[in-house]
Amino acid sequence: MSSVRVLVGTRKGAFVLSSDGKRERWDVGGPYFTGWEIYHVKGSPVNPDRLYASQSSGWFGQMIQRSDDGGKTWEPVGNEFTYEGVPGTHQWYDGTQRPWKFTRVWHVEPSLTDLDTVYAGVEDAALFRSTDAGKTWQELAGLREHPSGPNWQPGAGGMCLHTILLDPSNAERMFIAISAAGAFRSDDAGKTWRPINRGLKSEQIPDPNAEVGHCVHRIAMHPSRPDVLFMQKHWDVMRSDDAGDSWHEVSGNLPTDFGFPIDIHAHEPETIYVVPIKSDSEHIPPDGKLRVYRSRTGGNEWEALTNGLPQRDCYVNVLRDAMAVDSLDSCGVYFGTTGGQVYASADAGDNWSPIVRDLPPVLSVEVQTLP
Amino acid sequence: MIRVVLPAHLRTLARVSGEVELDVDGEPTQRSVLAAVEDRFPVLRGTIRDHVTEKRRPFVRFFACGQDLSHEPADAALPDAVATGSEPFLIVGAMAGG
Repeated sequence: MSSVRVLVGTRKGAFVLSSDGKRERWDVGGPYFTGWEIYHVKGSPVNPDRLYASQSSGWFGQMIQRSDDGGKTWEPVGNEFTYEGVPGTHQWYDGTQRPWKFTRVWHVEPSLTDLDTVYAGVEDAALFRSTDAGKTWQELAGLREHPSGPNWQPGAGGMCLHTILLDPSNAERMFIAISAAGAFRSDDAGKTWRPINRGLKSEQIPDPNAEVGHCVHRIAMHPSRPDVLFMQKHWDVMRSDDAGDSWHEVSGNLPTDFGFPIDIHAHEPETIYVVPIKSDSEHIPPDGKLRVYRSRTGGNEWEALTNGLPQRDCYVNVLRDAMAVDSLDSCGVYFGTTGGQVYASADAGDNWSPIVRDLPPVLSVEVQTLP
Repeated sequence: MIRVVLPAHLRTLARVSGEVELDVDGEPTQRSVLAAVEDRFPVLRGTIRDHVTEKRRPFVRFFACGQDLSHEPADAALPDAVATGSEPFLIVGAMAGG
């Protein structure tokens, strides 16, 4: 019988939540790396027992941890992220230029085809790749060296590269997103990049054709349709049908189109999920009600999913990497909150229940569907 | 023989408990002691000082013999009591955060 493993990164460690395919009873493994911030944990599609975790600390910096037994044991493997050449400068909050400086790894993305290849999105924004299972890291410097680089600036959380999408139908194509520079695409396996932000509109950017500067919070892609992308921007939920060459808004009837995560049903590429948040200055659910919104039409028409979620006095946030789906039938949907709850729905969002309620603030959630 | 006390998180990374004892060639300094720590425990490279510049990470402090040595030059001699092993060299995570 199939089973599910939910990989949870929190402000104070990592947790591995396991269940059989019914997804009713859960074992809670961890905490691992107690006391460290775990921005992201993700498994390899080649061998699901190979996991990578981004472990960081304001005191001791960055570490990449690797597991080869599904998270039971871990080994620290590498922590040197050095920008290629002289890294130059980017724009700071006050408009001055500031040198690129590595802070942490926000997102790890294992290769779809090679067990020992893994990508890392870092702050200050850059993309790194390891081909030796996380021991050594080399920057794919063509991204940071894009001519627009000096105009990139940090969002409130830092200038982070938080999204890495690998095209399963084209090994040369990948997408990344940076707060607050925007989305970029490579068609040569990461050597060169171009901004893909046409159609994005941001109030703070007067130029409607601005190439960069948009605060993209998250992008999602269904593996069966890699040219269709969905985006949760700072404000606005967006859709592209041409691999990011152009975007149009699909916020429709959402109560607010501010938010962080966005994800797609495993078997229905037009079914997407977001968690509306009140505003950019108030990162709480509207009206104290925690609601996931689902569109079965690829956007524009949204329905609130509330069964089992708190509908009063709830003031948590759901961060950009803290939602994921499994590929069982029916599709499971999972998300974690800054209040330490991880909610699961085994029926595509119709009904929810908490797997755990009292973890540290959740930074990321990933799901593995195991045979 | 130099005695070094690592903070708890770094002991976990290095998979050691208690003090670490190291041999350092020549007169011990912050730089030579930290190099010896990193040689013995490569996993700690970059966690105490920067990989490239060897600059101390901002929230890491060095103490010995009741003194804060964090701002001493990296090549300054450590106190005799550290050099003889009668006192440990303390690597400490600064009080900060929540």
